[in-house]
Amino acid sequence: MQELICITCPMGCHLSVDTDAQGEMKVTGNRCVRGEQYAREEIFNPRRVVTFTCTAVLPDGSLPGPSSNLPRRVPVRTTAAFPKERIPELLDVLRGITVRLPVARGSVVLERALGMEVNVVVSRSIGA
Amino acid sequence: MEQYDVAIIGAGVCGANIARKLSQYELDVALLEKEIDVSLGTSKANSGIVHGGFHDHISTLKARLELQGALMFDRLHEELDFPFERCGILVAALHEDEMRAIEQLYLQGVENGVIGIEMCSRERMLELEPKLNPDVVGGLYAPSGGILEPYRFVFSLVESARKNGVQVKTEFEVAQAERDGEFWQIQSKAGETIRARYVVNSAGLHADTISAAFGAERFTIAPRKGEYYLLDRTTKAKPSRVIFPVPTEVSKGILVIPTVEGTVLIGPTASPAQDKEDFATTRDQLEHILHSARMMVPSISENDVITSFAGLRASYGNDFYIANSEKAPAFVQVAGIQSPGLTASPAIGEYVKDLLKKAGLRLVEKPSWDPYVHKVPRARDADPYTLDTLVAQDPAYGDIVCRCERVSEAEIVKAIRAGHTTLDGIKYYTRAQMGRCQGGFCTYKIIRILMRETGMSWDQITKHGGNSAILKGSL
Amino acid sequence: MKQLTFDAVVVGGGAAGMSAALELDARGHSVLILEREDTLGGILMQCIHNGFGLIEFNEELTGPEFAQRFEEKVSARNIQASLRTTVLDIREEEGRRVVYAVSPSQGMMRIEARAVVLAMGCRERNRGNIRIPGTRPAGIYTAGLAQRLVNIEGYIPGKDVVIIGSGDIGLIMARRMTWSGCKVHAVIEILPYPSGLTRNIVQCLNDFGIPLYLSHLVTDIYGKDRVEGIEVTPIESGALMHEKAFKIACDTVLLSVGLVPENELSRNAGIEIQPTTNGPWVDSMLMTSLPGVFACGNVLHVHDLVDYVVEEARRAGANAAAWLSGYRPSREIRIKTGSNIRYVLPARLNPERENRLYMRSLVVKNDARLEVRLDGNVVRSRKLAHVQPSEMLSLTLGPEDVAAAGRDSVVEIALV
Repeated sequence: MQELICITCPMGCHLSVDTDAQGEMKVTGNRCVRGEQYAREEIFNPRRVVTFTCTAVLPDGSLPGPSSNLPRRVPVRTTAAFPKERIPELLDVLRGITVRLPVARGSVVLERALGMEVNVVVSRSIGA
Repeated sequence: MEQYDVAIIGAGVCGANIARKLSQYELDVALLEKEIDVSLGTSKANSGIVHGGFHDHISTLKARLELQGALMFDRLHEELDFPFERCGILVAALHEDEMRAIEQLYLQGVENGVIGIEMCSRERMLELEPKLNPDVVGGLYAPSGGILEPYRFVFSLVESARKNGVQVKTEFEVAQAERDGEFWQIQSKAGETIRARYVVNSAGLHADTISAAFGAERFTIAPRKGEYYLLDRTTKAKPSRVIFPVPTEVSKGILVIPTVEGTVLIGPTASPAQDKEDFATTRDQLEHILHSARMMVPSISENDVITSFAGLRASYGNDFYIANSEKAPAFVQVAGIQSPGLTASPAIGEYVKDLLKKAGLRLVEKPSWDPYVHKVPRARDADPYTLDTLVAQDPAYGDIVCRCERVSEAEIVKAIRAGHTTLDGIKYYTRAQMGRCQGGFCTYKIIRILMRETGMSWDQITKHGGNSAILKGSL
Repeated sequence: MKQLTFDAVVVGGGAAGMSAALELDARGHSVLILEREDTLGGILMQCIHNGFGLIEFNEELTGPEFAQRFEEKVSARNIQASLRTTVLDIREEEGRRVVYAVSPSQGMMRIEARAVVLAMGCRERNRGNIRIPGTRPAGIYTAGLAQRLVNIEGYIPGKDVVIIGSGDIGLIMARRMTWSGCKVHAVIEILPYPSGLTRNIVQCLNDFGIPLYLSHLVTDIYGKDRVEGIEVTPIESGALMHEKAFKIACDTVLLSVGLVPENELSRNAGIEIQPTTNGPWVDSMLMTSLPGVFACGNVLHVHDLVDYVVEEARRAGANAAAWLSGYRPSREIRIKTGSNIRYVLPARLNPERENRLYMRSLVVKNDARLEVRLDGNVVRSRKLAHVQPSEMLSLTLGPEDVAAAGRDSVVEIALV
């Protein structure tokens, strides 16, 4: 049995997920049908949007110093929810990525991340 | 090896006053401080009051120095650019039987020669301070009492001393000392050695350890803790004068203090500390402060609290211990300086100068001595036209880094250039991080400015030196 | 000193300020945004997580994405914004509204404006505000400062973290610190329920197995130079269980213990502040007690979603524009809070127009009913599946709802 909290709406139903004799998934504790959908998704295919930062570098290849008004980090995000168990792997890849300024919002920093149908894009335009 | 006429151990308010006094003479003076900045001990965490001269009898050394010191502040204020105001002191009696104690304080004040001291009726008390508890039955008024920012006072004294030739050596923690002919040879924990003909022990809480290291008198400094709350300047409870309760045998009680900078301080408690590093505040004592302060000013609200802190008083006997050592040669003891130490400190400077002279130090006045320090314009004090001029001269005055206390980048840069390179040092010099957000908005900006101005890397940024690193990693 | 004149000045260039400025501009008024940071966008720029814009843009955006969509509209309309500019004072001089502000490049500016919109946002409550005793070492930061340090400055404030308070910024930072290679040991909440959104409890704590201690109080902080640990004491039936207190070793304490509208400028200008919200009292036009000065966003009251901030700010901007064009409500009805309601904004209702009200519950409750009573009679009632203090409630009332209102009528909003 597994305990989950449904986050589809602010009610936050506490769900209990069990498998019956036929191997069918059984959800209790939900006050509406969306709870069951949520549980199914969370059990079989949990995904999260990942937001992270990459290292910013100036056009000359140097890092923004303390006298610069530019940030040292460039925020990035996945374009869709990403499989939860592979997030640590994804973060390791993102840690190695540098982004040259200036950069426009939406610029792709990682295409088909870990072979999935998800890109990682810059989430803030930063001038130089 | 560096050689000095006088080495002063401890850059608190006593050491700083002594250093500045000695900087008036043709002497090589070193001011030694174990911390990364000056004024980080007892001198930074106290009530910041210039006392009224009525709490102690003139027969004590502390009362004499208090009375003498109190009169010196107007001139010091003019010379040294630190926040100071003679706002007056009230002692409030809440019961008829407390009026007897008030009368005794009054008579003692008169005998001590306090100017303008008066006994007050209930009506007079409420006229002088409408925020007082309406149950007040009467009290005492000492108009010459005042308030100051103690760390700013020390910073200015040290700046003045340095300007007049005193060597200030921070992070110099005395490890051992030995006699070498006419000199004391003093070694720091880091292994640096200097020589000095005379030594002044103004090491505050650690005066006992220093005395022992020089083979002078054996005594024990007992740390006594005083906890405080700081209230936001927007509080409705800000009085216009310092309010004291009727004192007890052991303490002057919980005060309500309007600081020169507009915030309100309530405290201190008085309890034995566990050790000389015990700066922890405690739930019970803090509740006691709120309760007692409300007895004086009922409108004090816990919603106005922006921070709490504790200071340690260097307690030893009932009086100051300031004397030439009878055991160690050319060694002056300045120990047990509790309240009214801040008030007395300028007079302590004079007194120690005389003790050194008595011990044989030759004093020749320096014709070039300059009593003034450079006044740092502060954005928060400037009217629109003045600020406009300041920004024209230095655009950094237009960058308000600390919104709560209205501190500009220019002031932070000046603090760093004056040698304050920790977040606490910058805080005490500029007030940035001292307001209602307690650094929530400005800390990252100050870190950037520090790195830019000093070339420090992220892992060298500390709160107050030592192991107080602010950051633990870089991405 | 530089002298400037605009129809309206907007103080603050975050989501609220930009939204209000766009409305004023769209109605043909000249407007100047004064922003103290280097960029527009406000605190959203450091909120790099997703979850913004579901109502406003019908998609899930990160903070910078949400902010820059507004910023792009502001620059497309050529609305003037003075950056690195701090407003020092709002005054009245010879019957004129004057804003004093300073910046390194412009020096002092004296700006005459017939209307002013306050959009300064809020600040985080700190350790002193909640009076946690103990020492004062390095390593105690508000969650927002930590967020700035990690997401923009690129520094890790600590490796072993305890978070005090279960506000959303704290929860978001629990995940951020974990993803940044730190260990978050616990989140400590004084109340019996979390103050952040359920979704953040699930995705920021449960995903990483971070324990949440409800009904627990941090009763001490240890450490001389740097934080070494905290003491946590359970609360049972309202009393501290000292014998059950325990310690958690950590080098960092992050505080997420609530937000306070930042109204020092308003207070100094003589604007009336409400103790329930810590924001200005406002009438049906979101106008403060100072004629011509409007307020919106987190400076007015702390919102749960930025989507509501920009919606409210649009109305403040539109109202300021109407006010500039001479509109004045002919009559206003007083609104009061009934049972289980902490506050209702605004404090007045215009019986001739549509009114959008925001309120917060005092209780956690399922199957609640929101009632609108005019002089004691229920004129509107709405079923709510679930209410809790951390989620704002809203309601629109039109002229038809208060048609029966007389001169001294009062509208009461209650949760039953």
